[in-house]
Amino acid sequence: MYAYDEIDRTLVNERVSEFRDQVKRRLSGELTEDEFKILRLQNGVYLQLHAYMFRVAIPYGTLASNQLRALAHVARKYDRGYGHFTTRQNIQFNWIKLAELPDALADLAEVGIHAMQTSGNNMRNVTSDQWAGVAPGEIEDPRIWSELIRQHTTLHPEFSFLPRKFKIAITASDHDRAAIKIHDIGLKLIKNEKGETGFEVLVGGGLGRTPFIGKTIKHFVHGRDILSYIEAILRVYNQYGRRDNIYKARIKILVHELGIEKFSREVEEEWQHIRNSSLQIDDEVIEDIRSRFTYPFYEKLPHNPDELRQAAADPDFEAWRKNSVAPHKNPGYSIVTISLKPIGAPPGDATAEQMDALADLADKYSFGEIRVGHEQNLALPHVAKRDLPALWKALDKLGLATPNVNLITDIIACPGLDYCSLANARSIPIAQELTRRFANHELANLIGRLHINISGCINACGHHHVGHIGILGVEKNGEEVYQITIGGRADESAALGNLIGPGVKFDEVADVVEDIVEAYLALRERPEELFMDTVKRLGVEPFKERVYATR
Amino acid sequence: MTSPLEQKKIKIAGPSVVTANRTWDGIVVYRTAARSWSAELSEAAIVRNSDEAKALLAESVADDVGAIGPYIAPVQVGADGKIEPGNLREQIRRTGVTIGQPAQV
Repeated sequence: MYAYDEIDRTLVNERVSEFRDQVKRRLSGELTEDEFKILRLQNGVYLQLHAYMFRVAIPYGTLASNQLRALAHVARKYDRGYGHFTTRQNIQFNWIKLAELPDALADLAEVGIHAMQTSGNNMRNVTSDQWAGVAPGEIEDPRIWSELIRQHTTLHPEFSFLPRKFKIAITASDHDRAAIKIHDIGLKLIKNEKGETGFEVLVGGGLGRTPFIGKTIKHFVHGRDILSYIEAILRVYNQYGRRDNIYKARIKILVHELGIEKFSREVEEEWQHIRNSSLQIDDEVIEDIRSRFTYPFYEKLPHNPDELRQAAADPDFEAWRKNSVAPHKNPGYSIVTISLKPIGAPPGDATAEQMDALADLADKYSFGEIRVGHEQNLALPHVAKRDLPALWKALDKLGLATPNVNLITDIIACPGLDYCSLANARSIPIAQELTRRFANHELANLIGRLHINISGCINACGHHHVGHIGILGVEKNGEEVYQITIGGRADESAALGNLIGPGVKFDEVADVVEDIVEAYLALRERPEELFMDTVKRLGVEPFKERVYATR
Repeated sequence: MTSPLEQKKIKIAGPSVVTANRTWDGIVVYRTAARSWSAELSEAAIVRNSDEAKALLAESVADDVGAIGPYIAPVQVGADGKIEPGNLREQIRRTGVTIGQPAQV
């Protein structure tokens, strides 16, 4: 966990006071909505279909148990008893009253949570691997650097009025769980031949109306230079980024139009001006940040304790363990992913009661720490293996032990037309129906790793372009129509999916997905061949034939 | 269900209302003939041509403290005068999400 210092606390508290005054002036009519809109957006407040929506940042996906309890408190006191975890390590509350927002922010500020960098055309919440600091083989904890960037960019005037929003993600593992290739800047933490920490820097990734996979702009930037290099990228973007057309304003468009070589040259030139400035980071700065992260005192525990061996006789426990429990850097411990995808429920939602209970379980089994992943699931990062059976039983009672992590029912979905003012079609009911179709765990297990992503509009908050099966809802002649892609992925081999054919109606989507899955099961060469391998081997055509042969 | 955020020209094909969200709490409201806002669609002022729509929208926009983001939305008016939303988006805004809310599941 990272402990805020006095500067952080003052900043957060001052922000609450400032926003309280702004809300007061808005409600009295002293501020018009046009004047107020940018102020509320800077505090995570959107207007959605039914009400204001309040988006709260969970920097690099790390939460302390008292912070999760504070989120539960906000859900219960100011909202309708639940929250929605998003694809960028934020949580959203859907029914907040503007008049009560300052109080909600004040309650969150008491535990060091805020809504800065969750909306507006600025640097957004820096995201990272939800297994940061505990993943085996990780080079070092990427959250140290995430925090450095957070501190540098928060309320930075140069980054507060960018042409468009700007997102950074960081990973330090070979397997990319932070989806860095679909971010404006993706950072992969690496070591050079001298053993020094640095980053491979990618730029220009993003989804939405015009999707691009990020391109490597520099193979190694030394850690001490990372702020100046990021600043150089942002300066080039600030100077040349389109402000006249919202659809062309993201850095991915600039990188595409200039070409990565020319863009790189511009950045390099800018960087040489600022590289040896105060932006160069002293080792002491990094060490100071590192010292503010606390790590558990791990006991030396057995790799395969009696409790685990005995529980293995229970097939339900084993089903959950195989999909939800991952190796930890410390052999006596595990990382436990908590599925927020129960069969028939909205993906990513958690009730206040579940959040409170999870906070208690985190205290009991995970040194009081919870993680949030972009897949809209949570994780307990430090669970002793001996405690896994007891944890599973407790999670099961809460409805949080669905054994479907990384399976076909572990669906990523945006709020869609049920909540979002930008959406053209519903996402959540599609996800709900799909989870019912594939509720049989044996079937889901037989299918194996398969990610479905659903977006209710072209803005792609459900990351449909990078779903193994991607579903995009659009509107055609007043009806919801869904375009289906296959072959996308968001990991280190990130790729955009390919459209399989004409859109299908709301009622047909689950049937189409079933057809795709049946085709895969028939086409795969062996049970170990994953869906993505079959698509890679055979392309879109056989799936297209199967889906449209009878339609 | 084209988002009304993209509504640039005022062109209506049938009976319509002006809808928005109430400023202090964000709930869905409709402009009434009494130059006020109501949470009840049945109390909404109905406009039937572009000139009427423009006038009602202009009046609604001017009431910036009462409600925000006003736009024109289609409705259907039954033979008995009952007003129903004219598309899925407005149906959802009126009756709520089409899914169970987790706290109720």
